[in-house]
Amino acid sequence: MTDHETLNRETPALEIAGQKTLGDSLVQQGISRRGFLKFCTAMASLMALPPGTASAIAEALIKAKRPSVIWLSFQECTGCTESLTRSYSPTLENMIFNMISLDYHHTLQAASGYGAEKSREDAMKNFYGKYLLVVDGSIPTHDGGVYSTIAGRTNLDLLQDVAKGAAAIIAVGTCSSFGGIPNANPNPTGAVAVSDIIKDKPIVNISGCPPIPAVITGVLAHYLTFGALPELDDLGRPKSFYGQTIHDRCYRRPFYDQGKFAKTFDDEGARNGWCLFELGCKGPTTHNACATTKWNGGTSFPIESGHGCLGCSEPHFWDAGSFYSALSMPASPLKLTTGAAVVGAAAGVAVSIANRVKKNAAKSAHEKATIADLEK
Amino acid sequence: MDADLFLTWVRGTGLNISIGIFLLGMLWRLFEIYSLGRKPDLAVPRHRAGASGLHTLFRRSVPPPGMFKRSPVSYVAGYVFHIGLFIIVFLFAQHIKLIQELTGLSWPALPAQFIDATAVVTLATMLLVLAERINKPVKRFLSTFGDYAGWALTFLPVLTGYLANRHLLLAYTAMLALHILSVELLLIFLPFTKLMHAFTLWGSRWYNGDVNGRKGVPT
Amino acid sequence: MSASLDKGISVLKEMIDAPIASYFSSCVHCGLCAEACLFYTETGDPKYTPIYKLEPLRRVYKQEYTLLGRLGKMLGLFKPVTDEELEEWKPLVYDSCTLCGRCSLVCPVGNDIVYMVRKLREGMAVSGHAPEGLIGASKRAVEIGSPMGVKLPAVKAQMKHVQQDTGIEIPLDVVGAEYMVLMSSMEIINFPEYLGAIARIMKQAGKSWTLCSEAFEATNSGIQIGVSDIAATLVQRIVDGAEKLKVKTVISPECGHAYTALRWEGPNLVGRAYSFEVLHILEVLDGFRNEGLLKTTGFEDELLTFHDPCQLVRRGGVLEQPRTLLKMVAKNYVEMSDPGKMNWCCGGGGGVSAIEEAEALRLTAFKVKKTQLEETGAKTLVTACANCRIVLEEGLEHYKMDIPVVGLTETIAKHLVEGASDEHQQR
Repeated sequence: MTDHETLNRETPALEIAGQKTLGDSLVQQGISRRGFLKFCTAMASLMALPPGTASAIAEALIKAKRPSVIWLSFQECTGCTESLTRSYSPTLENMIFNMISLDYHHTLQAASGYGAEKSREDAMKNFYGKYLLVVDGSIPTHDGGVYSTIAGRTNLDLLQDVAKGAAAIIAVGTCSSFGGIPNANPNPTGAVAVSDIIKDKPIVNISGCPPIPAVITGVLAHYLTFGALPELDDLGRPKSFYGQTIHDRCYRRPFYDQGKFAKTFDDEGARNGWCLFELGCKGPTTHNACATTKWNGGTSFPIESGHGCLGCSEPHFWDAGSFYSALSMPASPLKLTTGAAVVGAAAGVAVSIANRVKKNAAKSAHEKATIADLEK
Repeated sequence: MDADLFLTWVRGTGLNISIGIFLLGMLWRLFEIYSLGRKPDLAVPRHRAGASGLHTLFRRSVPPPGMFKRSPVSYVAGYVFHIGLFIIVFLFAQHIKLIQELTGLSWPALPAQFIDATAVVTLATMLLVLAERINKPVKRFLSTFGDYAGWALTFLPVLTGYLANRHLLLAYTAMLALHILSVELLLIFLPFTKLMHAFTLWGSRWYNGDVNGRKGVPT
Repeated sequence: MSASLDKGISVLKEMIDAPIASYFSSCVHCGLCAEACLFYTETGDPKYTPIYKLEPLRRVYKQEYTLLGRLGKMLGLFKPVTDEELEEWKPLVYDSCTLCGRCSLVCPVGNDIVYMVRKLREGMAVSGHAPEGLIGASKRAVEIGSPMGVKLPAVKAQMKHVQQDTGIEIPLDVVGAEYMVLMSSMEIINFPEYLGAIARIMKQAGKSWTLCSEAFEATNSGIQIGVSDIAATLVQRIVDGAEKLKVKTVISPECGHAYTALRWEGPNLVGRAYSFEVLHILEVLDGFRNEGLLKTTGFEDELLTFHDPCQLVRRGGVLEQPRTLLKMVAKNYVEMSDPGKMNWCCGGGGGVSAIEEAEALRLTAFKVKKTQLEETGAKTLVTACANCRIVLEEGLEHYKMDIPVVGLTETIAKHLVEGASDEHQQR
């Protein structure tokens, strides 16, 4: 099975209303068998699956029916979609759109207004219980959730409605995974994560601000191959991508271990590529695949470009102190020091005075000791 | 509370509270101790070079003649772990950064591998010191809850710091948070335990050296 | 009979000052003070750890002068110091402490433990917890004039004795003399050679001196029992006597605590600086030597070693003079281990030699001195304190060691070149 023709012969085209197989779609797009297998091997490797899995993925994906995907965008900046669609040539990221049937997406859909909403409602009705719900952006909850509405409905309401018939929910980006930037202090809109609202559906958190596109592809590939979501960590993130910290895979780690740090941007240490801990890098506490998978087709990642990791795939990263404060520095300015010093000094002076009084009293009460005083 | 929130808390509110209590406690205790004052000495002093409070401040760190052989472990282990603590706290780049943030002062750090080795030696020595306290009759006789608590308050920051830096036991975020928490506990309790000796020993040595120095006895 | 716990606690409250607060706050329970104390090293009993002897004082400090301590006492978390406790501590504070001060020299955090023992005794004494032996000595010192009950007639008898031996008149109550000489009871009764030695040395040096009929006793029992008021009374006698006779210098004899009491504690006890100088006899002799007024001839034959009296050397600051002087008359000299300010106590200072019930402990503690002596192989032991002399003699006898103990002044006097500078022979 190596060529286009073979692919064509062995996979009968299935025409079910609105549902082609992945294989059909690939044939339509003119993707070669070799290119497809390369993709599956890459997927298997990204997911840290055993080598033989590549062909299992290939077989499963060819026959897989492209699931309906409803993509709800809430309080977001569209960065996650931007990250996903950034492509200069057919890439892994692009493959996603071959794997799914994207039936509703604000930025990418051609339709608008009531037409778009009808597409969504149709998909929900036709594939009830089977469609995948993808969410980006946080969900505002204060004041009845009025801070973000679509077609007159609050995000909260929409989420609860669409989630009912979803097979699984994929929260793309830190906003939908953990609340993200809108959730940062003082959180005026009451922004929360998907998992704070939906409790009865399997949820995958693909955090990051934005997340690495290949991670989304990997999760979907896993789902299509195995019919289940990949193993998740205690924050609901796929372990194969979020199981290690940036620090653990950072190519500058030897410098950390030696204590060689850049002190300012563009000083000699920085130009020598030394560790960016002192410039606020949150690599040690951040779980993501940036250090290995990197960005823009493996071009670079923040640390390689000379800036410390912001910790964007972790909850509350925006409230974890300045991005330029090292992990060993305070996360917020110390406010109590002067007050505490004043109170301490006052307490000290008060005790000193009390001590003085007591000692002077004892002195005044002093009776000159005589021999008689030595015995009871 | 997840590990990230806990870490942010100990780096923020926790640090704020603990440094506040530390400053409060230190000022209170130092006033409390030294405001009692002492009566001036009316005897005519004997002046001898090398005999004074200032001299004793430093010279008391040297074991007096004949004492070393009576308890070599007390002296050697004592020196090793105190010097180890000093090196770890003040010569580790990450700590210097914290001090710089709090005071504006900074200085060059030692290589991280050296600090690492120092931490291991310090931990081992502190365990030895604990064993001595439990096994030697005089130390055991004198020891109270405060002694063991003081030991733990000092041991845990070194242990958790080492474990965090080496990525052992717990995930880094949680381990680092525990390390910072253990330091905060040390700060909070320091003014109210024997750990206060870190600050009062200077006054004590000075008084001692002064009284003896006025008699012309260098000590 | 008006001793009471309240009085004791009140006195302790007066005594506690910043140094004591600093010391208690600095103690880390390292136990090195025990390794310096002969009562621990020779018995192996941890209860003799010096800082432990101070427990009642520490509790009073905590409960009276610290905020948390006061709160704790108010809430009933800390029990106040009781009579039973002080009674339990009596042998620790008195029997097993000679105020030798070795502990204060070794404490790594700088605690002056002997300073604190001295202060704790103030509270112990007025609460009725001082040993009988010391109460008796103080009573005799205050009422009779000397802790051993020596009165002026006895002194005069000794004077006559010495006059006959030396042919030198012993001056008494001479106004305007340069030096006023004090003696300890021990010397008056046991070591009359001292007075004779003084007479001959003064004659050779051509210095005027006198005894004082109202203040001949140097020993200060008040210091030993730890009652400043009594100690002040005793010092005041000497001050009054010295000022009445308008002397320039008062000489403290070969007695340890006498020197500490008069030279260092004295002005603070009586509340003002003196109008005269106080010197230990060895300081005076060394001064004479410097001026060329002390001429000796010949050397001792036997191998000698020197025992440093605690109150003179470590606690008094008379560090070099003993050896400078001894080397004038001894060529065959060997140093003990831990010589000078680190030397070990004879075990009988601080009033311990006057406490009958402490004798067994004292003799056990003497083992350290015994070992020191044996290591030197010396045939004669020289010292400069009459109390040390008696205690050393008793200890040596107990351990069946046949080594004579002699005083330094009398040894110097033995080698005086007679008639060297003085024309006034009185025979």
